[in-house]
Amino acid sequence: MAQPMSKATRHVSINEGLLFEQSAPGKRGMELPPLDVPPVDAGAALGPEFARRAVEHFPEVSEIEVIRHFTRLSTWNYAIDLGMYPLGSCTMKYNPRVNEFVARLEGLATEHPLQPIELSQGCLRILRALEGVLEEVTGMDAVTLQPCAGAQGEYAGIAIIRAYLADRGNPRKKVLVPDSAHGTNPATAATAGYEVVNIRSDANGRIDLAHLAEYATEDVAALMVTNPNTVGIFEQDIARAAEILHGRGALLYMDGANMNALAGITRPGDFGVDVMHMNLHKTFSTPHGGGGPGAGPVAVKKHFEPFLPFPVLVEKDGALAWDSHRPKSIGRLRAFCGNFGVLVRALAYALAYGPGMVEATRDAVLNANYIRKKLEDVYDLPYRQPSMHEVVFSDARQKKNGVNTVDIAKRLIDYGFHPYTTAFPLIVPGALMIEPTESESRRELDLFVEAMRSIAVEAAETPELVKTAPHSTRVGRLDEVGAARKPVLRWTPPQ
Amino acid sequence: MRYLPKSDAEREALLAELGLASMDELFASIPEPFRLKRPLHVPGPLSEKEIIDYFRARAAENAAGYTSFLGAGVYNHLRSVAADALLQRGEFLTSYTPYQAEISQGTLQAIFEFQTLMCQLTGQEVANASMYDGSTATAEAALMAVRISGRKRLVVSRALHPEYRQVLTTYAAHMDLPIAEAPFDARSGQTDLDALRGTLDQATAAVILQSPNFLGVLEAVPRAGEITRGSGALLVTAVAEALSLGAVRAPAEADIVAMETQSLGLPPSFGGPFAGVIATREKYVRNMPGRLAGQTTDAQGRRGFVLTLATREQHIRREKATSNICTNEALCALAVTMHLALLGKEGLREMAAQNLAKARYALGELEKLSGVRRAFSGPFFNEMAVEFPVSVRMINQHLLREKIIGPLPLGPYYPEQTKRGLLCVTETHSRGEIDRLVAATARALAALGRESREAMPAEAKR
Amino acid sequence: MYPTNYRYTQEHEWVVVEGQTVTVGITDYAQHALGDVVFVELPKPGVKFSAGAVLGTVESVKAVSEIYSPISLEVTEVNAALANAPEKINADPHGAAWMVKGRPTNPAELGSLMDAAAYQAFVAEKEKEEHA
Repeated sequence: MAQPMSKATRHVSINEGLLFEQSAPGKRGMELPPLDVPPVDAGAALGPEFARRAVEHFPEVSEIEVIRHFTRLSTWNYAIDLGMYPLGSCTMKYNPRVNEFVARLEGLATEHPLQPIELSQGCLRILRALEGVLEEVTGMDAVTLQPCAGAQGEYAGIAIIRAYLADRGNPRKKVLVPDSAHGTNPATAATAGYEVVNIRSDANGRIDLAHLAEYATEDVAALMVTNPNTVGIFEQDIARAAEILHGRGALLYMDGANMNALAGITRPGDFGVDVMHMNLHKTFSTPHGGGGPGAGPVAVKKHFEPFLPFPVLVEKDGALAWDSHRPKSIGRLRAFCGNFGVLVRALAYALAYGPGMVEATRDAVLNANYIRKKLEDVYDLPYRQPSMHEVVFSDARQKKNGVNTVDIAKRLIDYGFHPYTTAFPLIVPGALMIEPTESESRRELDLFVEAMRSIAVEAAETPELVKTAPHSTRVGRLDEVGAARKPVLRWTPPQ
Repeated sequence: MRYLPKSDAEREALLAELGLASMDELFASIPEPFRLKRPLHVPGPLSEKEIIDYFRARAAENAAGYTSFLGAGVYNHLRSVAADALLQRGEFLTSYTPYQAEISQGTLQAIFEFQTLMCQLTGQEVANASMYDGSTATAEAALMAVRISGRKRLVVSRALHPEYRQVLTTYAAHMDLPIAEAPFDARSGQTDLDALRGTLDQATAAVILQSPNFLGVLEAVPRAGEITRGSGALLVTAVAEALSLGAVRAPAEADIVAMETQSLGLPPSFGGPFAGVIATREKYVRNMPGRLAGQTTDAQGRRGFVLTLATREQHIRREKATSNICTNEALCALAVTMHLALLGKEGLREMAAQNLAKARYALGELEKLSGVRRAFSGPFFNEMAVEFPVSVRMINQHLLREKIIGPLPLGPYYPEQTKRGLLCVTETHSRGEIDRLVAATARALAALGRESREAMPAEAKR
Repeated sequence: MYPTNYRYTQEHEWVVVEGQTVTVGITDYAQHALGDVVFVELPKPGVKFSAGAVLGTVESVKAVSEIYSPISLEVTEVNAALANAPEKINADPHGAAWMVKGRPTNPAELGSLMDAAAYQAFVAEKEKEEHA
């Protein structure tokens, strides 16, 4: 029999329409101090060719309405502050509040990136400190903090590899990507001008070395690897893979999305990685905020330093400065120096832990293995190698009753949890990819295990209940087909 | 450690359930040679108070207490604390990308509202949920034009923000896209559209203009659009000062708008995080990168929102995706949505009008100083290139002593624009601060005039 | 279920000859595997494709599939109805949801395609593999 739910019950939530539906002429939510210089007529100042009267149909609502609007909307969201996100490869850990406080400090939030360098030393010291932390954690020699997200970091990393190889006479044509890789990996390689060649994982979910040796021809620039890989398993042969690649003049790129399993325990620079990126919104706790902002610093070995994006932070006459004279650089990735506010938060996180960061890594791996142990008798475990910070099950058993991973994930919502990652990695059909992170207490883990075990029972005894889940949310499963066939991407005023 | 919700006893208990003797055994699958045998050499651990002290100390080493007149892509505008209070709600701050629509309706509806506001501001038919920033949005818009047109050449105005131009060069390099430049008119400061016409050919995919441009001058977007489309290319218009759209006509004639929304509710924060957006015509929506929220219904007919047209994106198309973008700037876009909701139609118009007034007041007062004049004659919003009789850098040295950060020297970006600097004046500058700028400039000019009379004329070439 | 006068490819396209022209579409197996079709991208008339070249793509919410030309042809007509009603592909993949008509440039290629019986058997094998 399925267990009654311990974590969640239904509660009343308040309906709320669109901002534009509450708009009425003359209402406003923010007032400005009065103009203390002579007013100027916009039409006269700009001329008829350029002047605009007002933005048509822009909303007009009061402050209280705005507060209620967004507060109500917020109550429709799940969040880390409410409970665990078991999302594999996302590392949904606690977002410390002191990070929010320091990012907002006067003197940090207020600074202009082009202000005199003598008046920016505080900002630059923060950047230098974070670079140092990331160099140490990754075991690499140099870091750029410029990329805005993991995908942009990946792009930079592959571009650096390309520039390095081109500098040696031949950028080469192909990049090898495991079939288990996150979708940004092949998308990135293609954007950087490489042909993507998929290589297969072996029966243990790891890179097939023989396959790699065969595929690592002279026109291969690099292998993009994630370690631990996307089934949560440490690539034990990674140093050997690096040797094979280096022997052919190719390079090893590491997607650092899974650094939460490694920080303080082992370092990519020590096992053969040439270039890698990290996701600060994963390992370094910066908030996801519904989809970003993030930051994707890139760490490289010494010989790749000339190719880093400009500007590069350097020390000059006892102060910090930007160096834009970098003739071999891959170029600038974005205006200004990076997502500074995100970088502040990441440094605050690192300072809170110090060398104790390794405890977080240990707890993350402990939690994932605990979940594995408590669920491996009810869910199919396709790869039996030891798990690191995440575990991947499949829906093979439940499929026999017509219940698939998406159904189970949706039913998990009724139990008060956000779904785990479904249908990824591609090498596991019907995958359930679960990463608890170190932020989960035993109590929350046990509630999760209880929920998953209960759903397994439901899948066997009352599959329809699972297949039509969720049942307790404000809206049921939404018509994604209709949304894609006839996209409605904005509110339009009634005719 | 306060972020770890386990006691040592609880760890022991979990290890026992796993049949392991120690935490180290969890890492048995990592080959021994790779295991770190020492603690990380990183600063910390620090308590909350010590963390705050550290960052306060860094903040004190920056420009707090100075009045800045910088713009050049990052603008100081008033923001309401109400928006920040809302933004800090955990359900927004700590929520994930809204792939699971049933429990992300708050985020998804807010994105839908953001998309709508962006269309209203830019005069375009559809807008996405955000790009990293204005510079990368511009580069992605150019790549989008390449995909749509099937052509491979770009023409860029010389008056595009130099850092945006550098980003475009980076992105274009790996796709083998040649970039040609169209000059700006030395008198008006606008892109020379006749010269532009001359640079276009059948291989041109896009023309990229910024308005207001880096020199602060508004571009003639409708005419640029005609000329561009006349040769079969697309017009990409970049907007770095989004508040200008509260007073300036929307670039509806652009085919693609790439906008930086920082001016609409985000602090300068030393350059980021910001939020870019791409807005375009409906017919190009399947070529547009970035997430999109679409309206739909559930089985009971209730309205809801979902991420849609996902087949453009990396997690499905993989190597054939429109872009590799995954994480975007959702929380920043949400801050913009909240800010615009509070400002509203009238507030936006009024704030923009205050900018027009303050900039013109400042210019008027500065032009009373001998040898100081606006460098270009084209229409402007709140930022102007001002010409001075001496090096801008030297003037700024004097201004700094009075705790004023003066105009951005243009010489480093445009070698012929010596003794000219970009000055931005917004609603955040009081009349008193503007008067102080003018007085300090007058004092600086006087001192520099004296110095140059007394010494060998050794002006820096600015 | 699979029309006997059609020929079939291993990538689940069908082709039928009508006089001087051929008509091409995707099979019932393909539409079922895709799920609800939301969008289809087809070539313009006048374009030539060799056998096996990518003619276009068909999209569901979560996946994109390429459509390969069964034989070498020059496109003469494209089914405009699919632009506004891609769901036809799910409803009537062998009839109303034809995708492209063209002039074959190497008719001998038809001989190497599967007939209805062979395709039926091919599909049955695939379904067995998937449920293994």
